Amino acid sequence: LKRMMEAMSVPPFERFYVEHRDAVFGHLVRLLGRQRAEDAFQETFLRALRGYDTLRHGRYLRAWVFTIATRVAIDEGRKRRPEVVPELDVESADGRPAYAQIEHLAEELPEKERAAVVLRYAYDLSYSDIGTALGSSEEAARQAASSGVRRLRRRLS
Amino acid sequence: MTTVPNALDRSFRQAAAEAGLIDVSFDVADSPVGPLLLAVTEAGLCRISFDPEPERATDELARTFGVRVLRGPREVDRVRRELEEYFEGRRRTFDLPLDLRGRSGFSREILDRLARVPYGQVTTYKSLAVEAGNPLAARAVGTIMNRNPIPIVLPCHRVVGSNGSLVGYGGGLDRKRLLLDLESGRPRLDIH
Repeated sequence: LKRMMEAMSVPPFERFYVEHRDAVFGHLVRLLGRQRAEDAFQETFLRALRGYDTLRHGRYLRAWVFTIATRVAIDEGRKRRPEVVPELDVESADGRPAYAQIEHLAEELPEKERAAVVLRYAYDLSYSDIGTALGSSEEAARQAASSGVRRLRRRLS
Repeated sequence: MTTVPNALDRSFRQAAAEAGLIDVSFDVADSPVGPLLLAVTEAGLCRISFDPEPERATDELARTFGVRVLRGPREVDRVRRELEEYFEGRRRTFDLPLDLRGRSGFSREILDRLARVPYGQVTTYKSLAVEAGNPLAARAVGTIMNRNPIPIVLPCHRVVGSNGSLVGYGGGLDRKRLLLDLESGRPRLDIH
């Protein structure tokens, strides 16, 4: 029982940080490239610290911090991207939406769909990586991205 | 697997402390009595442990001071420096604010009195109990010494039995002897 209680309680931040820092950094490097990953890494764990003492249990911490990292990466991506002029034609040559053209619209999507769309089309991440980032399955990530894209198309038409 | 570069790790730890987001900063320092785990809060020094294994210390620190426990070498610099001076024989009193949260009542009273036992002198468990107005509590004083959260700085090594025997020490009798020897300026301790 004691072990169960310990497993469920929030660990000291040091343990949480040491356990996840390398995986989170790797995730950010994949999303943003080495250079920008460094800023995003610091921001991710500072955000985690800000919320850490309000966590009520220690389950799903990995998914939690990956979600934070993904949001930080999305913010970073948006910050550095030049403004784009919206156009109605969102099909690129290979039939996928040209991300630059839907970016401003993605902001209005529900959070999970937005993250999935951005990771898929802006960063070209695999659905399995997106699933990891969002703390869900590959299939759920695929569905979130495709329903996000459908929603965007409806809005554009 | 990608590994976080050391410089990035250091800069995160520093940024976290500077942003005021840390409940307890700790680090491990070398000393003549072995590695010491040092921990500080915003209020002051809160822990010195002879068990330098952070895994064990951080759980206890988190329970007492909050879960945002993070290693931060710079944060404990002042403590590390004063301890170095002490072990080199250049410092007799510590100028460090202390955080004794979680210690109240009789325990707190005894620790406050302990703080005033001067460098190079010894007192007894019984005298501390008498001073605190509870002459029968010598054994309780022993327990409080054994659980002293800030040994060395709160000098429980200066408390001995009424017959002059060293009795015990949370960090082991060898360490107690070494600290008393250091303060006596003599190679061996001989209490009468």
